[in-house]
Amino acid sequence: MIKKFDKKDEESGSGSNPFQHLEKSAVLQEARIFNETPINPRRCLHILTKIIYLLNQGEHFGTTEATEAFFAMTRLFQSNDQTLRRMCYLTIKEMANISEDVIIVTSSLTKDMTGKEDVYRGPAIRALCRITDTTMLQAIERYMKQAIVDKVPSVSSSALVSSLHMVKMSYDVVKRWVNEAQEAASSDNIMVQYHALGLLYHLRKNDRLAVTKMLNKFTKSGLKSPFAYCMLIRIASKLLDETEGGHDSPLFDFIESCLRNKNEMVVYEAASAIVHMPNCTARELAPAVSVLQLFCSSPKAALRYAAVRTLNKVAMKHPSAVTACNLDLENLITDSNRSIATLAITTLLKTGSESSVDRLMKQISSFVSEISDEFKVVVVQAISALCQKYPRKHSVMMNFLSNMLRDDGGFDYKRAIVDCIISIIEENPESKETGLAHLCEFIEDCEHTVLATKILHLLGKEGPRTPQPSKYIRFIFNRVVLESEAVRAAAVSALAKFGAQNDDLLPSVLVLMQRCMMDSDDEVRDRATFYMNVLQQKQKALNAAYIFNGLSVSIPGLEKSLHQYTLEPSEKPFDIKSVPLATTPMTEHKTEMAPISSSKLPERLTPSRQDIYQEQLAAITEFKGLGPLFKSSEQVQLTEAETEYVVRCVKHTFARHMVFQFDCTNTLNDQLLQKVVVQMEPSESYEVIQYIPAANLPYSQPGSCYTLVRLPDDDPTAVSCTFSCTMKYLVRDCDPNTGDPDDDGYDDEYVLEDLEVTVADHIQKVLKPNFGAAWEEVGDEFEKEETFALASVRTLDEAVGNIISFLGMQPCERSDKVPENKNSHVLFLAGVFRGGHDVLVRARLALADGVTMQVTVRSGEETVVDVILASVG
Amino acid sequence: MDSTSLEPTLYTVKAVFILDNDGNRLLSKYYDPGLYPSMKEQKNFEKNIFNKTHKGDHEIAFLEGMTIVYKSSIDLFFYVAGSAQENELMLMSVLNCLFESLSQILRKNVERRYLLDNMEGVLLVVDEIIDGGVILESDPQQVLQKVNYRADENPLSEHSVAQHITEKLALTTNVLQSAKEQIKWSILK
Repeated sequence: MIKKFDKKDEESGSGSNPFQHLEKSAVLQEARIFNETPINPRRCLHILTKIIYLLNQGEHFGTTEATEAFFAMTRLFQSNDQTLRRMCYLTIKEMANISEDVIIVTSSLTKDMTGKEDVYRGPAIRALCRITDTTMLQAIERYMKQAIVDKVPSVSSSALVSSLHMVKMSYDVVKRWVNEAQEAASSDNIMVQYHALGLLYHLRKNDRLAVTKMLNKFTKSGLKSPFAYCMLIRIASKLLDETEGGHDSPLFDFIESCLRNKNEMVVYEAASAIVHMPNCTARELAPAVSVLQLFCSSPKAALRYAAVRTLNKVAMKHPSAVTACNLDLENLITDSNRSIATLAITTLLKTGSESSVDRLMKQISSFVSEISDEFKVVVVQAISALCQKYPRKHSVMMNFLSNMLRDDGGFDYKRAIVDCIISIIEENPESKETGLAHLCEFIEDCEHTVLATKILHLLGKEGPRTPQPSKYIRFIFNRVVLESEAVRAAAVSALAKFGAQNDDLLPSVLVLMQRCMMDSDDEVRDRATFYMNVLQQKQKALNAAYIFNGLSVSIPGLEKSLHQYTLEPSEKPFDIKSVPLATTPMTEHKTEMAPISSSKLPERLTPSRQDIYQEQLAAITEFKGLGPLFKSSEQVQLTEAETEYVVRCVKHTFARHMVFQFDCTNTLNDQLLQKVVVQMEPSESYEVIQYIPAANLPYSQPGSCYTLVRLPDDDPTAVSCTFSCTMKYLVRDCDPNTGDPDDDGYDDEYVLEDLEVTVADHIQKVLKPNFGAAWEEVGDEFEKEETFALASVRTLDEAVGNIISFLGMQPCERSDKVPENKNSHVLFLAGVFRGGHDVLVRARLALADGVTMQVTVRSGEETVVDVILASVG
Repeated sequence: MDSTSLEPTLYTVKAVFILDNDGNRLLSKYYDPGLYPSMKEQKNFEKNIFNKTHKGDHEIAFLEGMTIVYKSSIDLFFYVAGSAQENELMLMSVLNCLFESLSQILRKNVERRYLLDNMEGVLLVVDEIIDGGVILESDPQQVLQKVNYRADENPLSEHSVAQHITEKLALTTNVLQSAKEQIKWSILK
């Protein structure tokens, strides 16, 4: 019907859009009248509007034509028509980046900025700051300072906001205006107050002490602007988070007091801040939850949305705290705004009882097709959480998910469903077959290569272990016939796994492989040929090494090593052990389901943390001869928070050496540190070879120094060691404002906390997707077994956690999850020891009074087995 | 991404745009240079948002990873977009201020035709409400005072001379007309 209206409009021929069919060249032609005397303000105004409109529509202006128009426009400053002048400012801002020599208007703008006409002053400041660069800023600095404290609010606000924009470009200059901003912050005008606070915080945010002082001042004196209150709440909650301040801190009291503010915006901001605080108890949440509950019945959709969205977040961690709102949420499930309804239902799914699940699912399926993909993802996430909570409901969920899978939807949505089904399969063994069946059906008609390959991979992993593996073969082989190269290749790999695990299927798989060897794509053919040959050997060890558990090296690392090898050809064959291992991503603890935060980040292959370190270390000449980087540890804090210097250490392990990288930050703005080294005193026979100092460590700019240590050769079992560390440096005092240091300095030192090297630093995590096969592959040549009693541990979960973090190895087959109500458990760990020796650990745990643990270690190298057992003991 | 990361900043608004009832851009401002840097991406984004919002007047939605508040009037659609973590009420105050100010400038005729005829006023209003993503003013009265713009009684554009007389006539019956129209809309919906 909207269309109809439009048509009628066109028929009436009113030419409703005066900007329709605008030609850039015609407009620029018209701009010539800017040069006519006297100036016709109205016509000029109309032309400027046309130019801005064209720019806004995405019309491209060449530099010459833009500059020409810009220069013609400058003549319009002679007119005193207010609107025309204001449009000139806008044109300046719009053209600042496309025209040349825009600084030509500096003097006109400076004149307007300091002139008598208040209407011009604010906008002139904003236009001026848009075209100013660092060097010119010095020239207008005086005016800016005056403008910030000007008594006309629009002038002051404009100056403050423009200063904020320029902080990025010239922090050092704007920093000098702190006092003026301070003065502006006590202005009566609410917007000036808000802008001043924003600028002050931005200038001081790296100085925690100053931020604390500022907060104290404003929380005491109180503010008028609700925006400023919101800002203060954010600053306070950030500070609380950083200082890990307890909830008895005055900052928390301040935030809580804002729950009683008379402005809804402030109340909501405070409630949201409390909800987002880590480690909030249900009691502390209660006041926030009750204001959100009130908002649920607001007539304003935005407020209802905000409230239910925040409650949804609370429900993830503290479902019980939200139970009180269930009635209000029930009212929202029929809200005409589907976003609100969806959020209400997903929240109820988290807080409600098992019995309400069916009803809610029915409700949501009635309008699931109406909501946007983003919210469909939220629904899927809620279902996924629900499955973990009520495993018995998985058949209802699985049905619902498979229906959703059949509906239309974008990639993110489909991926969320597939991920959810996969996680259900992994959590509930009894749902495996139905889940796999749904996925098989899905890949029969799936346009997303990534999902198809992912599912094929899963089929290869899980399919062979089901009671009837043969029924999956058809689905997989269909892919080989019908799909694109990437999917075909994945299908071939999946097929090979069936052949390797199921002897009775092997002949048929070989026949299918034979066909795949005829494929038109190189990769598919290569894979088929490779698997064909491996399978024909019929050896368990070969199958384990080449079919079940693939390469465990880092791909960028492999690429680099191979490139190096081709550059320096040698007689020796390429040694795969010289390639750095792939680090398993640290996201094992399932990323907390952030609701509706589907990131827009483009997905690309980011180099892993270790690859970055590898690159950085390789750039330091002293570390050239160390070979490939084996492992980099997590950062270890060597100083307390809130001290003069902050030092963190990363331990890099090489084949025979270790490099300790100390990332130091100097938090004193009146000091420049030079020649910074961290001296280390080992407790064992480790030998410090070299210190590489950080030459300069100015205020708040992190720098790194390194210490190179040789591992003891004679005693390979000496894997753990404690280092006492002292930071030594030359101090040069300097002016906190300019950063200019004094000419001479003095030596000083600072004692850091001790640094421990443990067995985990020598082992890299490696995931063996099929642990049993890997276990057979390594064989029992160097198998050793010992039994330990862990007296201090009370639960199996705790024991599993301790062992994993102590050994730093990768749990396989999901054995890190202990099923509930069990008295015994088997943990499988896999890793590679420094030097490239695979090591596998099987720990059988039994719970009696304490936990008894029987550890079996296998490796290709005897010393490694000894090291592990010795360190556990 | 992380739910705890409400970095204290004044940069609240990521984008503002006004579309007509076919989803065509009349005015758009993007304040986050990282967000849809190219014109094509921007227009695509606007089309997407329009397609998902023009059917019902629901005020708020979460689309493409952003919180979007919106409002429609006759044949115009106003949108304000902010980050997923942004305080929805702040965005709402920007939208309300924009709408109120324009409604005053256009003498309650918040319609495509009037908006286009007074484009310079619209540009100035947006400029006074948001500067580079920072909320500069949220009180419509203040905005009007600063802009100090009057809707042109007799605009100079070519077509308008002829149109002028009919417009004058239309103005008198305008209240009645828009009331009629609104009833018509509600019935047609």
